[in-house]
Amino acid sequence: MERRELLKMIAAATGAAFIGNPLALAAESAQRPGTGFSADDMQLLNEIAETIIPRTDSPGAKDANIGQLMTRLVSDCYLPGEQALFRQGMQKLNEAALNQFGKAFLLLEQKHKHSLLSELNDEAYRYNKQNKVRHWELGRPGGTPDEDKALPHYFTLFKQLTLFGFFTSKPGATQVLRYVAVPGRYDGEFPYKKGDKAWAT
Amino acid sequence: MQETIVQSTDDEFDVLIVGSGVTGGWAAKEFCEAGFKTLLIERGRLVEHRKDYPTEGKGPWEYPTRTVAENLLVDQTQAIQKQCYAFNDTSKHFFGNDRDLPYSTEPGTSFSWIRANQLGGKSLLWARQTFRLSDYDLSANAKDGLGIDWPIRYQDLAPWYDYVEKFAGISAAQNNLPQLPDSIAQPAFELTKPELDFQASLAEHFPDKPMVVGRCAHLTEPSKIQLELGRVTCQARSECYRGCSFGAYFSTQSATLPAAARTGNLHIAPNSVVHSLIYDDAKQRVTGVRVVDNDNLSQREYRGKIVFLCASTLGSTQVLLNSTSKRFPNGLANSSGVLGRYLMDHNYNAWASARIPGYEDEYYRGRRPTGIYIPNSHFEPSRYHKAFKRGYAIAGGATRGSWQGMSKQDGFGSDFKQRLTQAGPWQIWMGAQGEMLPRADNQVSLHPNKKDKWGIPQLHFNCQWSDNELNMMQHAAETMHKMLETAGFESIRSQATTAPPGLAIHEIGTARMGNDPKQSVLNKYNQAHDVPNLFVTDGASFCSSGVVNPTLTFMALTARAAHYAIDQVKSGRL
Repeated sequence: MERRELLKMIAAATGAAFIGNPLALAAESAQRPGTGFSADDMQLLNEIAETIIPRTDSPGAKDANIGQLMTRLVSDCYLPGEQALFRQGMQKLNEAALNQFGKAFLLLEQKHKHSLLSELNDEAYRYNKQNKVRHWELGRPGGTPDEDKALPHYFTLFKQLTLFGFFTSKPGATQVLRYVAVPGRYDGEFPYKKGDKAWAT
Repeated sequence: MQETIVQSTDDEFDVLIVGSGVTGGWAAKEFCEAGFKTLLIERGRLVEHRKDYPTEGKGPWEYPTRTVAENLLVDQTQAIQKQCYAFNDTSKHFFGNDRDLPYSTEPGTSFSWIRANQLGGKSLLWARQTFRLSDYDLSANAKDGLGIDWPIRYQDLAPWYDYVEKFAGISAAQNNLPQLPDSIAQPAFELTKPELDFQASLAEHFPDKPMVVGRCAHLTEPSKIQLELGRVTCQARSECYRGCSFGAYFSTQSATLPAAARTGNLHIAPNSVVHSLIYDDAKQRVTGVRVVDNDNLSQREYRGKIVFLCASTLGSTQVLLNSTSKRFPNGLANSSGVLGRYLMDHNYNAWASARIPGYEDEYYRGRRPTGIYIPNSHFEPSRYHKAFKRGYAIAGGATRGSWQGMSKQDGFGSDFKQRLTQAGPWQIWMGAQGEMLPRADNQVSLHPNKKDKWGIPQLHFNCQWSDNELNMMQHAAETMHKMLETAGFESIRSQATTAPPGLAIHEIGTARMGNDPKQSVLNKYNQAHDVPNLFVTDGASFCSSGVVNPTLTFMALTARAAHYAIDQVKSGRL
């Protein structure tokens, strides 16, 4: 449900009239500074994200423009150490593509993209285990990483940002998962069968 | 009728109420309904119900950073506030700005002071769990000698719990447990199937640890008065920290403020930071408050016949400490010298989690604004554990794993996507909520020379856990582990941690009640022993912490004190 619909519903339920909120409008229209990433960077990130969450019979990462979102999250929500690791990761990924296939990642065939990420996925798994990276997740407020906490492998950053960005996107939340803005009530028991979509929130 | 917004005025009000959170809102409602000309003084901005909830109802994709707050902004202005579980991009505008709200801590100690300085205060951000204190809690100090006796017992509070619950609207089951008196309640939220089975397992193997569904200040069957105020049934969005236009959970905005405003007696002075109270040595009474404007720092005064301090536990104590006079050189109403001492919080430093096998055809619908609750089993001295005094409650819940939990799994690509799109395995988590003993050493005082931008001396904290609290958390972690193990759950993890106090956001004590004016600041009606027309009805008045979330008791104490004051005025004694 859109906010506009929600407000209408609340107005109907409570008899209250709504007035547009100037604060909210100002925040939405405020100019945001650049992220320091180029259009090429965003395209590369979109390709990585699409390989992690591909379009199947439902939308994939590119449909949600995850590349652009990743640059925003990295520049606004990551700590400096994570930002540096993320940027190095983009470089390393391209270097690996050049070494193995003689081409930049963007120019690889789909099966080569997949095999490269498959290697990185395994490498990240081993790296995180060896370095005891455990509860790393997107730099959420409330969970400021300790200075001495080990950062994960860079591929883990790509993967986590892709998943977070995708499942909180409109296509991810509303088409791939089930999103209900106003459930109306809570049911403690509700049937589920394998394959049913999970709730988005 | 509507409230009147006041800035400068020479009027003398029947009552001045400092603070507009849960307790200030209640005081305003009671005095306005009794016909008192009331001034509600709020240090922050006005927040209008519905209109000023700009983040409400938005999907995560409508936020540029998907509800994660920006690091740079947060580190500069809200590094302390962001430690609160409720802080994110959807709620950050209801939290304070750390740069404006400095405080200091004794070397080797730490305290996280969470602030919500706007009309409605923390009533917009609270976790809404509502439980009554029992007679076991109110007599614990007397029985084991760890703290002074509360001057009240359950029978003093019971009618006021009834009174506030009927108005606020509490969702709860009737459990008939002596350590957790029942509330006057609307229908309870449901438990999930695994929770129901866990409840049965506890009843069999841990008979002293019965599980109930969390009681919370949400409407599930609104009464006539609630509907009249524009409040309707909880929609199970569980986005409460953004404000709720359905008025489904209790807040100042949804409940007490409209009730007060419709009497025509409510005046509100926003952006009015109370510097100190004005004490008249000759009359031996408070006559008003000194205020510094939140925005332009100009000074003004408000005059009133009675003052209710409802500025939050530490806010109220800071105002009293800063109100000095010939008679009270160490803080107003502080002839006892205990003002600022016996600071407490609840201790949340133990948790446990597990995976629940099975239940693959079970799910739930909607987002429940509460969880499971297991009341304290060590509620009287004969039930104390040998390693610590008092006890702890346990809160938690069971849900199915989501993409967030599963995202740490190995893999990528279409199979991985398909896995993450479905409901994951059931999991359960539990957290302890432990009692903190009242100790004189745990204290706030005014910093000798540091001041904030309004010229008010900063608070200096010296507050630490004692061995009693640390031992209790070890036991809590082990006990929760056993409970999960006995139920047949898998991948059980448990841990006791040592995070410093503050983050339960249940700060209480520092201007405690008591029968003896030499050992306490307030009498049994939350009235200052030293100053008859001064009342403090927020958490500052607590003599012990108990284990339950304190807000329902804040409401009951405030309504009770307000009616006492109203009766005293009407009978000519005040």
